[in-house]
Parts: sequence; C-alpha cells; structure tokens
Amino acid sequence: MNVPHAFSRLIPARLRPPPRSGDVFERHNPPGLDLSHNTVLYLEDITVSFDGFRALNKLTLYVEAGELRCIIGPNGAGKTTMMDVITGKTRPDSGTAWFGQTIDLLGMSEPQIAQAGIGRKFQKPTVFEQHTVFENLELAMAGDKSVWKMLFAKLSPAQLLRIDEVLETIGLKEHRGALAGVLSHGQKQWLEIGMLLMQEPQLLLVDEPVAGMTPQETERTAELLLSLAGKHSVVVVEHDMDFVRSIARQVTVLHEGSVLAEGTIDEVQNDPKVVEVYLGEPRC
Amino acid sequence: MTFMERLLAWRNERGAFGFYAVLLATAVLVPLLNLAVPEGSALHMSTYTVTLVGKYMSYAILAVAVDLIWGYCGILSLGHAAFFALGGYAMGMYLMRQIGTRGVYGNAEMPDFMVFLNWSELPWYWQGFDMFWFAAIMVLLAPGLLAYVFGWLAFRSRVTGVYLSIITQALTYALLLAFFRNEMGFGGNNGLTDFKEILGFDLKAPGTRMALFLATALALGLAFAAGRMITRSRLGRVVQAVRDAESRTRFIGYRVESYKLWLFVFSAMLAGVAGALYVPQVGIINPGEFNPINSIEVVIWVAVGGRGTLYGAVLGAVVVNYAKTWFTTVLPDIWLYALGTLFVVVTLFLPQGLVGLFAKLKLRRGAA
Repeated sequence: MNVPHAFSRLIPARLRPPPRSGDVFERHNPPGLDLSHNTVLYLEDITVSFDGFRALNKLTLYVEAGELRCIIGPNGAGKTTMMDVITGKTRPDSGTAWFGQTIDLLGMSEPQIAQAGIGRKFQKPTVFEQHTVFENLELAMAGDKSVWKMLFAKLSPAQLLRIDEVLETIGLKEHRGALAGVLSHGQKQWLEIGMLLMQEPQLLLVDEPVAGMTPQETERTAELLLSLAGKHSVVVVEHDMDFVRSIARQVTVLHEGSVLAEGTIDEVQNDPKVVEVYLGEPRC
Repeated sequence: MTFMERLLAWRNERGAFGFYAVLLATAVLVPLLNLAVPEGSALHMSTYTVTLVGKYMSYAILAVAVDLIWGYCGILSLGHAAFFALGGYAMGMYLMRQIGTRGVYGNAEMPDFMVFLNWSELPWYWQGFDMFWFAAIMVLLAPGLLAYVFGWLAFRSRVTGVYLSIITQALTYALLLAFFRNEMGFGGNNGLTDFKEILGFDLKAPGTRMALFLATALALGLAFAAGRMITRSRLGRVVQAVRDAESRTRFIGYRVESYKLWLFVFSAMLAGVAGALYVPQVGIINPGEFNPINSIEVVIWVAVGGRGTLYGAVLGAVVVNYAKTWFTTVLPDIWLYALGTLFVVVTLFLPQGLVGLFAKLKLRRGAA
C-alpha cells in the first residue's frame, strides 16, 4: 500500500501526506473490508430508472484497490447517479454493488456506507457554512459517531495533530477559526477534500473537484489527488479534459448509463466510439 | 486553559453571563422584596407577583426546550405544548391524590370528578401517583416516551420541514381532543384543580409559593446550563450541521435520525419539567394547555427573543409573557392582534430577534 508511485517526486513535500504510524493516530480501519482480490469496488449490471428514463443501464464497473480512476462522459451519462448508488442515496432497480469482497452496499444506509469507508465530495461544494473550518474537519473525522459518544467527545492530542496536518495539506491553516461560509469557492472545494481526508476512507468519490477553480488551484488539486492514490482508491468524475489528462492513468467513459470505453487516456481519446459521442463535440 | 484565558473567553459569552447574572439577581431579590420588605412598603413584592415571575420562568424553560430543537436542530415543533401539558398532568395527578379526604366527596382514594362519574375504583394509570417520586419520574417519562415514539416514526420516515410541523400540531390537537373526554379519566373539560398541598406543605402559603419560585429558578438555571453543555459539545455541532445540511451530515457517517431523536426526547422532557413546575403555581391544568395556539406562542417567544442562543429564548418568553399579562389586564381584546403583529414585525425586521437587535445597535454605536 505504501509504495511511492511514479509521480510522487513531482509532489512538493508539504503536500505529501506524512508517513503514519499506528501510535500517532488511531486509524479507522473499516471492519470487514476484504481487498484480497485487489478490487475495491464491484458494480455489476446496475440499472436505475427515473420515470422510464434509464439513468444507468446495466452499468458494470470495477475499481482496483489503490487506483486513481477518472470517469468522463457527456452530461446525463449517469456519472452522478452512479455515485448516488455507491453512497446509498439512490437504490438501483437491479444489479449488485460490492465494496471489497464482503460488503454489500445495496443493503446499507448512507451513514453506514460512509462509516464502512466510502467518502464522497459533492459537485457543488457543501461544507457546513455556520461552522468554522476547524469544526468542519472535526465533524468529518473518522471514528465512532454515536450520539452519546459525541456528547462527551474530547479531541485527543493525536486527533488535534491530525486536524492540523490536514489543515496544512489543504492550505487553510490561516483560516482555521474562520466560518466556512466566508471561504472562496476554491477554498470550499479544498475544505471538502480535507473533510474527505479526515474520514480516512478506503474509497474516495470525487465529483468535479476543479469546477470553478483557478489554474493554480486546479494544479494543486491534481497534486493532492495524485498523492492520495495508492493509499486510497480514488474515483474522479470530471469534465475538464486537461485535468483528466494530468492525473489519470485509467479512464472510463460513460455514455447513456453504461460503459462505452475503458483504457488509458490516449486509447480512449482515439477510440472512434468515444470521439463520436463525446470528444468529437466542441470542448467547452 | 489558564484563569485569564477563561476570563477572556467569557467576554464572548456575554449573553450567557448576563443570563446567569439576571437569574441570580432575581433569585435573591424576589425573596428579599417579598419576605424582608414589610407589606405596605412601596418596594414590597406581593406573593401574587412572586408566583407570576415563577410562571414566567417555567415558560422560559419551555422556551429553552423549543430553542434547542428549533434554533439548533431546525425542527420547527408546533407541538411542544403537548409535552408541557403532559408534564403538567403528571404533576397534577400527584396533587390530586394529595387532596385525600378533603375533597367535596371526602373519598380518600379517588379525586372528586371520578366519584361524580360514579367510578367504583381508581383507574390503573392513576396508581402510584400518590408518591411524589413516582410522579416526578412520570413528569420526565410521559413526555419523553411520547416524543420517542413520535420522533422515531417521523424522523425514520424522513419527514422534515413544514410537514413535520403540521404533524406535531396534529399530535397536540389529538391529545387536546382526547383529554377533553371524561372517559379518559383526566377530569375532562375541567382538568385537574383545587389542589391543597405539595409534599405536605400548603400550596396557598407564601412560604410554599416562595419555595416553588426558587425551585423554578433553579430548574431554569439547570436547563440553561444543560442546554449550553449540549450545544457546545460536539453533539451540538453535529446537530447544527444537521440543521444546515442534513444529507451532507449523513454522507460523513452520522445517523441523523438518532441525533434528531435524542434531542427531541431531551427537549420534550425539559418541556415536561416546565409543565410540572407551572401547574402547582397556577393551581390548575386542563386540556386547554394542549391547544395548538399555545405551541405556536412558544415559537413566537423564541423568535422574538432570538433563536439559536438559548438566552434569547428566555428573554423572549419573559418579554412576550409580560406583554401578555399587561395587555390582557388593560386591553384584553387587543392581545391576539398585538401578538400577531409582533410576530410579523419580528419575522420581517428582526430575523435574529431582540438579541440580534442589541448586537446590531452595539455594532452601529461602535461604528459611529
């Protein structure tokens, strides 16, 4: 899991997640996540219909452990619906969804799925605007989230350290005590990524992370996502092709609710089917 | 934290500090003016006024309960009067059993209205209410249980917003109709009244009145402290996160329903305590307390004071009820119009209530 991958030297040291040992922070290991076949997510024959419209049509997709996968596709291809299915927001009409070898996602509620180790960043940044940046991260922190525990919860020094680490990683250290509502759009996106990091998920679903970001912010986001892969599995949905090119090794193209093509970015871009439905359209 | 840091931290907590100071001053001054200052002196406070202040304070506890659930969790409950009344009825039942043979019919076991209805024995749900500790548990248990069952059904089905408000109102209205029925065994239309004593002390005696007043002041202080402890804990931050972005809270792994249910039950129990302190001071509890209008009034108190601060709720409860006392003595016909106007004005011009108004004035003075 901890083998540095080819791009790690491109990442500035301050953005690289520090090595973790067990005593610094009690790592939240989701019980029962079995990665023995090196596959973290299995989606098979997933179909979702809304009033007769098939948002997902027998979608089959596998994500390997530690992989950074980009998912692209024209509007309405079913990208967001797919994330909704994985995180328990939408129940499919048919099909199966497994997290690792043993966890059946279709029988679980949203909080259960989140606790099992799947984190999600939404397309529109949704942070808790009335809470400070620090409190946002505190709320997202992995651990037991039952009511009575929360009433008497106190941050341990290790947990404080972890929050500071993440604040550093997402570049919001100076805004620690500021209300999240006053942050800029890009900063909110980063805060949300920081909240994902606090959740310590095995699988991160990231929906359009660079929408509305400046080129510099986009670059830093790319670096951050690259640094996450390997330790976590990351699925990124994005429209920005330059961004996808800069981070992805494996790209999946969705079209009308099912997989149209899969491969490296070059393979995919030269696929005539893909060119026809997506890349052939004028880029925006 | 060092002592100085703590002291500085209090500067940001002026509202809470002010609340404790005013409450303490009230708890000291009222007995002083009532007992130490001779009657006839201009400064003397009558026992009637003491009880009136005690009544306002029990309303303030109810307002704190509503602020917890509405101001912090965003659940607009229009049925909190039901929990208040249930707590009141539990206390009323104890006070009824205390009457004993001093009732009109002189029946040691049964309250007068049961004798009047020709009932032969005390119903099972009146058993145990001759003991104060049992009644005290019921004051918490009856509203808590109702809130638990209701909340479990409502929150699990993800009923939110205006729909939830409507069913809370239906709940209290259903109880209103039920308690009106004589067969229910709670005194029907007349409710429970004609109480004689509490824990062996004469309810009409000034000393008992004063003790009830002090008990209410203590309860208000504890309710406020508990509310602050909850809202400042991580639980409180989760609850406010639920208010601001419910589904997001779910996606970071919180079981939103459990949080809402916990707070709703706590708030209902607090309302029950408020009702239990209210009844011995006003001397009557009847189904009118279940009236949905009462629940709406509580929401207005909180809105007028300023939601989401706790001390704002207390301020609102006292100010509006003082206005109500004044209006209903001087201009009784105008009161409901005044209340309605107040709500409209606050909603339009003072979204943060009186607390927000003070803050705004201070800001303006600071700028000038």
